[in-house]
Amino acid sequence: MPEPRVSPAGDGAVAATGAGGAMDLATSEGAARERGPEGPPVPRGTAPGDAGPGGGGPVGRPRGLWADAWRDLRRDPVFVVSALVIVFLVVIAVRPSLIAGGNPLSCDLGRAQEGARPGHPFGFTAQGCDVYTRTVYGARTSVVVGVLASLGVALIGSVLGGLAGFFGGFWDAALSRVTDIFFGIPVVLGGLVLLSVVTSSTVWPVIGFMVLLTWPQLSRIARGSVLSVKQNDFVQAARALGASSTRLLLRHILPNAVAPVIVVATIALSTFIALEATLSYLGVGLKPPAVSWGIDISNASPYIRNSPHMLLWPAGALAVTVLAFIMLGDVVRDALDPKLR
Amino acid sequence: MALLEVTGLHVEFRTRDGTVPAVSGVSYRVDAGETLAVLGESGSGKSVTAQAVMGILDSPPGRITAGRVLFRGQDLLTLKEERRRRIRGAEMAMIFQDALSALNPVLTVGAQLGEMFTVHRGMSRKAARAEAVRLMDRVGIPAAKDRAGDYPHQFSGGMRQRIMIAMALALEPALIIADEPTTALDVTVQAQVMDLLAELRRELAMGLVLITHDLGVVADVADRIVVMYAGRIVESAPVRDIYRRPAHPYTEGLLESVPRVDRKGRELYAIKGLPPNPRRIPPGCAFHPRCPRAREVCRTEVPPQFEVAPERTSACFFWRETPGGTGAPDGTEMRGGTEMPGGTETPGGTRAPGGTEEGDG
Repeated sequence: MPEPRVSPAGDGAVAATGAGGAMDLATSEGAARERGPEGPPVPRGTAPGDAGPGGGGPVGRPRGLWADAWRDLRRDPVFVVSALVIVFLVVIAVRPSLIAGGNPLSCDLGRAQEGARPGHPFGFTAQGCDVYTRTVYGARTSVVVGVLASLGVALIGSVLGGLAGFFGGFWDAALSRVTDIFFGIPVVLGGLVLLSVVTSSTVWPVIGFMVLLTWPQLSRIARGSVLSVKQNDFVQAARALGASSTRLLLRHILPNAVAPVIVVATIALSTFIALEATLSYLGVGLKPPAVSWGIDISNASPYIRNSPHMLLWPAGALAVTVLAFIMLGDVVRDALDPKLR
Repeated sequence: MALLEVTGLHVEFRTRDGTVPAVSGVSYRVDAGETLAVLGESGSGKSVTAQAVMGILDSPPGRITAGRVLFRGQDLLTLKEERRRRIRGAEMAMIFQDALSALNPVLTVGAQLGEMFTVHRGMSRKAARAEAVRLMDRVGIPAAKDRAGDYPHQFSGGMRQRIMIAMALALEPALIIADEPTTALDVTVQAQVMDLLAELRRELAMGLVLITHDLGVVADVADRIVVMYAGRIVESAPVRDIYRRPAHPYTEGLLESVPRVDRKGRELYAIKGLPPNPRRIPPGCAFHPRCPRAREVCRTEVPPQFEVAPERTSACFFWRETPGGTGAPDGTEMRGGTEMPGGTETPGGTRAPGGTEEGDG
């Protein structure tokens, strides 16, 4: 007879199925555990069953998304180079006097448009100011505007977008329409209109304007990211085990949804630096006596044929800075995007 | 008093193309210490019923339109969300099918397990961590102390499901709903996980609702079975009876479709046709287009629940013609004998080699 033994239902039809049969063989729980395919408890790194299906990760004990990303980044030459440039920029933004002893606002009309000479490696502007000093001090504006505007949009965008994505319904629909309206406003034109009435020479109106016009982009990213994370079983599982909405959002959804926001905010940082220069060039961004690469490029452009050095140094500094942040954004995206792994 | 009593539950989903009924009048009860298996194909409404009971139905689009869910005598559907949240996890908990996606990928398993204690019991992180390790140990994770700091993807499928079980059991709830807990696992691991679940259920005297589409999984652990089809319960019976003498043509078909040693070499039986699209559930008995016993009345009238025996119902007008309706002698005979259970008459009219004469009644 094929019936191996009497199962609780006394039924061969059951015992003959795979699971039923296997259960019969593994009557003792202890025995089943010891023979488990999960492998021996030690050593930890070599348990044969450990590379579970979908376990992904390369060998060498991956430690979750952030640690993984950091490990990848450290080895990436593009990251190392861009990070060094950015660290340098941040340092001179904080303490420009470290490498530039002069005062960017003290100018000598008698030396207007003069070329490079000892002590003044980049020459002088049309107003007789030292180009080197002004270029170094200009980094501060660019870094401050870029970083603060990025933080601002990341914060506002992810809070509004995240809440809309999580709760859905009316506020989600309302937010989507509002973002549509903002997408319809051309940034430079909006800047010309809005900032032309501002007389302050600080960076705040410029930062405020940038945040106002670009948060919808981040909120859209955050909303989409939260929506897709929300679909995951672990969110429902956490809810089934009694987690509150706040806990779901902060502990389960946010850490899983924040990566795309960081990536887009990092890439946007370079856009903000370029945008500040553009607005300043057009005369509506920072206003003298503020020191900005955009202002210097604007002032130098009429003299480009006679004294190109006045334009090339601040323009070159701007290009290098923007490039460094773009490269950083790129490698951060690669490191945080699980699909590219 | 039953631990959980679901009465006349209706759930529908609102979609762009109109409302789709997912659950239409499901009733079942689970007593403390009892295992109820809910059996059905995908789309039969078994998971939606469980989500409605747990209160984690996505709404919108899902909506409970009628019914009661009594848990320890308290109607959960009328409770405030905050009260329900406190019940979830502490008094009733749920185990999900795929533990890889049901565990948060960015938190260590120790942190996730410990969260149960910090949230519901207000324990300190350190004490919660110790509890987490104790739980992992209890569900059979080797070197639990070292592994508590690992992330879910660093565990094998069986180990992950054990962690999922540990999370559900953390606060020793009175009721566990396990939604296909072994479907994503290898057959050998399935058996271990089922054994573990059954053992812990016994130890803690919990009620267990086991949702599955695998007849083999439930046979050894369930006390009673309800079979669902197209959002309705078609048969409800103690586990012994249902395997030996199904009282609904759908259950008959399911049992026929299980591969069996004594039918080796023969073509495997399959129920004709496909499960109905929930948007277009056939009128009358939803199973009639696929049913070998269907007659005219099945096309027009929805069959009520007929009482086949005490504790046993069938939603078939012709349950008397099924093996379950043809009387008890069949079963008593078999219990002592060495006869193969394939003796009952198959819907196609063919006869298994070991057939018993009593099958005809």
